[in-house]
Amino acid sequence: MRLYAFCVYLFLYIPIGVIALFSFNAGRHASQMQGFSTKWYGKTLSNPFVMDALETSLIVAFTSALCASVFGTMAAVALQGIRGPLRTAFDMLIYIAVMIPGIVIGIATLIGLVTVFDQLNPLLAALWPEGLNPPKLRMGMGSLIAAHTMFLMALVVIIVRARLVGMDRSLIEASSDLYATPMGTFMQVTLPMIFPAILAGFLLSFTFSFDDFIIAFFVAGSETTLPIYVFSSIRRGVTPEINAIGTMVLSVSLLLLIAAQLLLQRGGHKSK
Amino acid sequence: MGNGDYAQDAAPKGRKVVAELRGVSKYFGEVCAVSDLSLSISEGEFLSFLGPSGCGKTTALRILAGFEVPTEGVVILDGDIVNSLEAHHRPVNMVFQQYALFPHMTAAQNIGYGLRQRRPRLPRAEIADKVYKTLDVVRLGGYEHRRIWEMSGGQQQRVALARAIINEPKLLLLDEPMAALDRKLRKEMQIELQDLQRQLGITFVLVTHDQEEALSMSDRICIMREGCIMQIGSPQELYDRPNSRYVAGFVGTSNFFDGILTDNKGVLGTVRVNNEMPMQASHGSDLAIGQDVCISIRPEQMKLHRQGEGLWVKVLNRIFLGEHTEYLINHETLGDFLVLSPRQAEMAESPFNPGDRALVSWEPSAALILDNK
Ligand SMILES: Nc1ncnc2c1ncn2[C@@H]1O[C@H](COP(=O)(O)OP(=O)(O)O)[C@@H](O)[C@H]1O
Ligand SMILES: [Mg+2]
Repeated sequence: MRLYAFCVYLFLYIPIGVIALFSFNAGRHASQMQGFSTKWYGKTLSNPFVMDALETSLIVAFTSALCASVFGTMAAVALQGIRGPLRTAFDMLIYIAVMIPGIVIGIATLIGLVTVFDQLNPLLAALWPEGLNPPKLRMGMGSLIAAHTMFLMALVVIIVRARLVGMDRSLIEASSDLYATPMGTFMQVTLPMIFPAILAGFLLSFTFSFDDFIIAFFVAGSETTLPIYVFSSIRRGVTPEINAIGTMVLSVSLLLLIAAQLLLQRGGHKSK
Repeated sequence: MGNGDYAQDAAPKGRKVVAELRGVSKYFGEVCAVSDLSLSISEGEFLSFLGPSGCGKTTALRILAGFEVPTEGVVILDGDIVNSLEAHHRPVNMVFQQYALFPHMTAAQNIGYGLRQRRPRLPRAEIADKVYKTLDVVRLGGYEHRRIWEMSGGQQQRVALARAIINEPKLLLLDEPMAALDRKLRKEMQIELQDLQRQLGITFVLVTHDQEEALSMSDRICIMREGCIMQIGSPQELYDRPNSRYVAGFVGTSNFFDGILTDNKGVLGTVRVNNEMPMQASHGSDLAIGQDVCISIRPEQMKLHRQGEGLWVKVLNRIFLGEHTEYLINHETLGDFLVLSPRQAEMAESPFNPGDRALVSWEPSAALILDNK
């Protein structure tokens, strides 16, 4: 049984290890180690296409993670006040939103947005003052952020909800007993206590958005995120440059995931 | 001497009434948590709600605090009807059963929380000053920067107490504050709490299921059962003149003899105990002939002796308790019951041994006819 588990892990992680290893390859072949070098990292970081894609990815990841954290927290807090079948329905919808495959979200968002844009664009053109160029809604950074925010929000709701449920209700009552208004209670008691969970939700969201290829592929329009760049350049063969990008993305993602995990654990201990 | 109806809702005369419940009931769906509560709480008194777990004590307290809106009836605070006034608008503070201290704040931040909510804002220096004074009052000087989880149960309780009294509330509500403390600490805190109440003059409303705690601390006790108030009175009134078998059994211990009321005309009524033995005892006003009643006699009101008038009984067991000696006695009709004999009586007459025959007697006024509810 141990051996079996070992083999599974080996099978899972060897390809990742190989990518990391070959990113330090001195030669330009992706299958033949020819000495150690960090030159591919330098090359990658000075490639303007890569840097452009990285910038897009960072903006999208940061903005959508931020929006998802804010709206997700609001939704989680509001859901606390609901009981009965409505609550069950919302809970189910949120779990479904997390489980739906990215490709379905991608296609659905694409179709949805295109339909809406087709309706809105003529309307905008008609309403806009004469002589000025009417704005034209289309796929791009905006739709990318919107699509990511949508599915990351469900994730944040689940994380923050778990923390809220674990919170002692009498703390809220104590605060209100000590003359704090509902808003005062939220700012001084609820928010500080769920903040680690919100931050963890933010970091997870950032990672997921940063790593996402499938949804971005459908809704990015003419924008290129880092995963899209990697996908398109891989068609010209796996180069050590791609390996370097992969290794960097992997390291950053892992760091963020570990940070999120630590936050959730620490937050959990404190409330005890 | 009749035992009358002592479930009166009037507070002691001459003092200002700070809070009042009039016919308050609370239903959670079909469950009735409290029903038709009426009482007034006067300024500076120490009132306890005493009753077994689940009898609605916490609900009564939460209605006063503003966490529950009564289904029926009126809640009056300081002369105003406050039925649906939210908790944060009421000049009332609560010490929660599990303290409910804010874990992300220090002791001092917890204590100053109520003052920080005041609008217009109080100057920081004034808040800090009051916090230090209150820390001293609860004997926690030097602990201001401690985190809550770095403090013992007793210290946490003092923080919870300080956090409430710093606001000088009209009512301080305490929900079984001593339940989580060990026995020794509980005794200490009881005394401290009583001192604090006298010193500050704040009106305390305590909830407890511990009769000893209620008897030793309160000016008045409100005995509750299944959501209803059975009797309100000073500890002594409840002990000497309980209005029902339930109260007599809850406050102290008593011997009960079941029977049927056969005469209620004179000062003393007559009860036919166990359908054969007529016994005389003082009776309340609202008992009807033929009603199921019991006679209650406190063990220390009974005397054992060898000569004179009395009922012949057999001594079954003797337990020496220091101040008192407790005898378990059997009478052929009345069954088994307890007699508590004080030390002097034991010195005067040689003690009874198990198996001895003895005479037992009591003053007729010490025996009470009570409703058998
Ligand atoms: N929020 C609630 N929802 C439903 N039932 C409740 C609620 N609070 C109390 N009860 C019920 O009301 C009754 C009295 O409860 P409580 O006031 O907590 O009693 P106590 O404090 O004397 O133990 C109990 O039967 C309890 O189950
Ligand atoms: Mg309770």
